[in-house]
Amino acid sequence: MSTATALLTARGITVTYHRRRLLPLRERERPVQALRSVDLDILSGETLALVGESGSGKSTLARVLVRTISPSSGTVAFRGSDITSIGGSPLRTLRRHFQMVFQDPFSSLNPRLSVGSAIAEPLIVHGLARGPALRERVGECLKMVGLDSSVATRRPHEFSGGQRQRICIARAIACQPDFIVADEALSALDTSLQGQIIDLFQDLKERFALTYLFISHDLSVVRQISDRVAVMYLGQVVELAPTAELYASPKHPYTQALLAAVPVPDPVLERARVYTPLRGEPPSPANPPSGCPFHTRCPRAIERCRSEPPALRETAPGRLVACHLAD
Amino acid sequence: MSASILDVEGLSISFGGPARRKQVVTDVSFKVERGEALGIVGESGSGKTLTMLSLLRLLPRGADARAVRASFDGRDLFSLTPAALHNVRGREIAVVFQDPLTALNPVLTIGRQITEVLRLHFRSSATDARRRAVELLTSVGIPDPPLRLRQYPHEFSGGMRQRVTIAMALAGEPRLLIADEPTTALDVTVQADIVTLIQRLQREKGLTVIWVTHDLALLARIADRVLVMYAGRVVEDAPAGKLFAAPKHPYARTLLGSIRQDAPKRNRAASSIPLTAADAGAAGCPFAPRCAEAREQCRNVSPVLKVYGGDTRAACWALDDGSTRGPGS
Repeated sequence: MSTATALLTARGITVTYHRRRLLPLRERERPVQALRSVDLDILSGETLALVGESGSGKSTLARVLVRTISPSSGTVAFRGSDITSIGGSPLRTLRRHFQMVFQDPFSSLNPRLSVGSAIAEPLIVHGLARGPALRERVGECLKMVGLDSSVATRRPHEFSGGQRQRICIARAIACQPDFIVADEALSALDTSLQGQIIDLFQDLKERFALTYLFISHDLSVVRQISDRVAVMYLGQVVELAPTAELYASPKHPYTQALLAAVPVPDPVLERARVYTPLRGEPPSPANPPSGCPFHTRCPRAIERCRSEPPALRETAPGRLVACHLAD
Repeated sequence: MSASILDVEGLSISFGGPARRKQVVTDVSFKVERGEALGIVGESGSGKTLTMLSLLRLLPRGADARAVRASFDGRDLFSLTPAALHNVRGREIAVVFQDPLTALNPVLTIGRQITEVLRLHFRSSATDARRRAVELLTSVGIPDPPLRLRQYPHEFSGGMRQRVTIAMALAGEPRLLIADEPTTALDVTVQADIVTLIQRLQREKGLTVIWVTHDLALLARIADRVLVMYAGRVVEDAPAGKLFAAPKHPYARTLLGSIRQDAPKRNRAASSIPLTAADAGAAGCPFAPRCAEAREQCRNVSPVLKVYGGDTRAACWALDDGSTRGPGS
């Protein structure tokens, strides 16, 4: 990976949450390590997918990248310049370039604001348009997501889930950002609607040269939309590969388990398949295992995995794996 | 008499007073055979959950459910006395819901919640109930049951919580288990665990299972028959093998097309359907506004379910004259 084309570069990102004690609990409180020394490059114009179980640190990593959370240690660079500790007006200027689309289009739109006002808000905040130009820009954004500009006066409750997600996307593109984080943006939608929203994301990406970070736990959705996939487990990236290669030959035992668990829409194949469940439970991020974070559940773990944490290393051009046994 | 454990005919559900009546489920009919796994698939708002809730008479206030027949094991569910209904709920028909966190009481221990079911339905003594609760947790694969019984829901992971609600559902030794999106809130590896668990219980206890889901791919693994619902109606009802190999209804084809794994990068124009909300109350076929093959007839008259090839039912006018496209075209 060359850093020359990286839009965002994260190095050694660690995020530690200290839990505040509200009740005298029996267990001694431990800090929770949401992210443990994560390195990640997001290349200009790519769609990078972040997959992993809930609690694996996907959303925390995305929030660090767009600077809504400050990392406990590590650096984030945007187009080569360090943005880890900027604040005030430089940060506000930067925010225009980063936008997010969330999972639940019912709670991410203010029910009391008209659709037009919701889309206009970021434009007003960043001083990008006012008066008739503002109204015109709102109409344009609505048209870009396949809605009629006349819906600007209506409120979110008048729209279906899929339409609301379109409104959230219109709001995200209003300020002409470079980078959009879609955090489980398709998870609340039905299968047939997911297809439409995927198409919309693709279409906007081509028109405006956008870069996406696509967070999802749905591996079939990820396959349809992403160029590269990063797999996270317990606050670390355990595998990163171009999408087609990852699905064709997953290298990390955890990625293999994830892909094996995805149901195939064919009863004959599905019934013939023997599913071997992962043993045990995901470990708590407050008490991570020694060595490789996955060794407690890994079917192939050897002695070395229990003591020595594997580094994320390049096994083939563009393919990174954190596993002692991967070749 | 048929051997069907559940036989529903002409079920309709509506909300609101006479002036603002809104029909949400229209003329739904299906049968479930003993020991079978029926999958019900449809998008949110298609009426799949309401159909299930109506059978247990758990619909919210203001809802009106009517049916020509809603028979469970020969008894009419809609005319049961309160005492008989109490015996059916939880005892003969049990439900596992989507979100295990809201299905469990956060301020009671798991043990208390499971023994409550046992003491209610079987009038078990405290000791018997506790012993049975340990058995139940063991049967759903929860390690160290005596310790777990003393813990509260927040001390369990999402997958373990769902195992607890399954244990509670099994406590009444039901014959029919309704699993309403039990894995939607879970991660994919945990989903596979829960599916494997319910399938094992189905085999061991001869359970009949109804799986309600919006994930058609999941049904390939678990369902013997699949009922496809759209806008409160059954649009297709077919053996799983036939539905996945050659879906008849255009909506079923769209649904299957959108999840096919053999097409990694999307073919845009083909698989997406225009964005229009379905309206259950409108005249004509509810899918007509999104259907590529809709014609005049579809917009005016709603198609009825007809039998094709003995064991498949579908509601689509295009199927009558053979003009509909095959699944491969």
